[in-house]
Amino acid sequence: MSRMTNRPLPGPSAQSPSREDGPDGAEPGAAALPAARRGAGSGPAKGASPAPVTAAARPGRRGGGGRRSPLARGGWTPWLYLAPALVVIGGLLVYPVYQLGLISFLEYTQAQVSGGEPATFQGFGNYTTLFGDPQFWQVLLATVLFAGACVVSTLAVGCALAVLLTRVRAVPRLALMLAALGAWATPAVTGSTVWLLLFDPDFGPVNRILGLGDHSWTYGRYSAFALVLLEVVWCSFPFVMVTVYAGIRAVPAEVLEAASLDGASQWRIWRSVLAPMLRPILVVVTIQSVIWDFKVFTQIYVMTGGGGIAGQNLVLNVYAYQKAFASSQYSLGSAIGVVMLLILLAVTLVYLRLIRRQGEEL
Amino acid sequence: MKTEGFVRDFARRSVQRPWRLAAEASALLIAAVVAFPLYWMVLSAFKPAGEIESTEPRPWTLDPTVDSFRRVFGQQEFGRYFLNSLVVAVTVVAVSALIAFLAATAVTRFRFRFRTTLLIMFLIAQMVPVEALTIPLFFQMRDLGQLNTLGALILPHIAFSLPFAIWMLRGFVKAVPEALEEAAYIDGASRTRFLWQILFPLVFPGLVATSVFSFISAWNDFLFAKSFIISDTSQSTLPMALLVFYKPDDPDWGGVMAASTVMTIPVLIFFVLVQRRLVSGLGGAVKD
Repeated sequence: MSRMTNRPLPGPSAQSPSREDGPDGAEPGAAALPAARRGAGSGPAKGASPAPVTAAARPGRRGGGGRRSPLARGGWTPWLYLAPALVVIGGLLVYPVYQLGLISFLEYTQAQVSGGEPATFQGFGNYTTLFGDPQFWQVLLATVLFAGACVVSTLAVGCALAVLLTRVRAVPRLALMLAALGAWATPAVTGSTVWLLLFDPDFGPVNRILGLGDHSWTYGRYSAFALVLLEVVWCSFPFVMVTVYAGIRAVPAEVLEAASLDGASQWRIWRSVLAPMLRPILVVVTIQSVIWDFKVFTQIYVMTGGGGIAGQNLVLNVYAYQKAFASSQYSLGSAIGVVMLLILLAVTLVYLRLIRRQGEEL
Repeated sequence: MKTEGFVRDFARRSVQRPWRLAAEASALLIAAVVAFPLYWMVLSAFKPAGEIESTEPRPWTLDPTVDSFRRVFGQQEFGRYFLNSLVVAVTVVAVSALIAFLAATAVTRFRFRFRTTLLIMFLIAQMVPVEALTIPLFFQMRDLGQLNTLGALILPHIAFSLPFAIWMLRGFVKAVPEALEEAAYIDGASRTRFLWQILFPLVFPGLVATSVFSFISAWNDFLFAKSFIISDTSQSTLPMALLVFYKPDDPDWGGVMAASTVMTIPVLIFFVLVQRRLVSGLGGAVKD
């Protein structure tokens, strides 16, 4: 976080009216919201230490009576509106999570699935088996490293290109935007097979261009992971690029104008004005990337033929799938699922803390 | 659009001419690199069989043919798979948009007990690794009698896209001023009328941005189709149809690329339709 200068850059209250010039009809109204509330989340005035700002934002937080909309006196109405969502999420997301946990404590194989034998309680037996298997630790490590590499590369490429988009005129910008949307739109299975063809040792153009002869990318462990990584970055950087670009575009003109009138350098404007304002967006795209990249399934499954030669390219998801559906060890597969769930839960808690620290109202 | 104009001027003024030209040249080059896989996909779909299997691949073809497409559509029930995929994606998008709109309205326009708790639950629900739920969902779908039907693909995807959709729509609903709501009631509108005739159209750009994510997740689905549609293949979807041509040892590249092209087109059309709203929508939602 960067410290604000003493220069009188417009504070949150000055910038909120300018949000009015958002591109669609829904946004003009945003300006009508109390300035204090809007400023709390995203203003550059957050400054060096977030804590006091959070405290300052608090009065507006609980949403005092004045902000209460007529809808707010709803009684049971909000629950009525929420009912469909709660039923669907409860039945098809929460309940399966509970079942996942349950199965991971049972002995659950083909015999139990077909109803031939009753499921017996195993306690932590499945977890002991899992944690005692060196392959599990190897897959876990590979998953974390692979997802980490994907996240870092996606963010780096996405942010760099978002900045590039702001520096070019309409035609190159449109070209890059359309290409990125095309990559984003490509379904995972399709993208996987196309990249396999591009890097095919016999018929692919990449080896010809790079002069690699008939080098096989999917044979070696690291080159196979690298190939999947390239595909994952290709199809996921557009989300980061478009979002960050939209965020930069939404920065009020007055703020940048004032900064440059005050003689702030390019770098200074990026560091002291744009970066803090983009922080909420950066947090969102980072977390989303972590979640998506940690759960990559299709690309690995298709590109490495179900996990690579002798399972060298397994990640947790594919590993769980192989355990459950290929070798009918449903309880082991579920235990792997629970491990993934716990890791992602930890990420979520970090995210929540970040949001809270920014003083955003939930 | 004042903001954009200024950012552009800002960029123009502050970046020296040669640098800007270099930036534009690299933007075009990067665009070409990013688009290359798609170009190669379409090109290979139109290449005659002998030419794809050439060890000297050429970036053009002298005699384009639709043989590969003919093979794809000649495959048993490819059209059916295509339709199935479309039904799944459209249903998921429409149903989850409606449910998410109602839920997002509830959590932004009302104050009630457990509101914050619910929001946090939605956030946590986003993080659930869907793929890990394949096992319990398999049993659940079996018990509900949905195995081998499109329902087994539609129902879970609605549930998975909801938390993210609600979280994202929240920003849009929030941005609609409460004064507008008060005015509507003063003018005698009912709550239902306000909800559907005023709030819904205003939030529509947000719904569009949200629907991109649910459309892609449903259209891309590979794992559920693979796991839940096991015996009745007429209920299968495009990703499975594509894999008919992709045998790791001896792939029919022409067929794979033609099927890939067909599979990508609906998403591209969808993206072109929502493109402008997507960029503005993402900015609006995320900045919140």
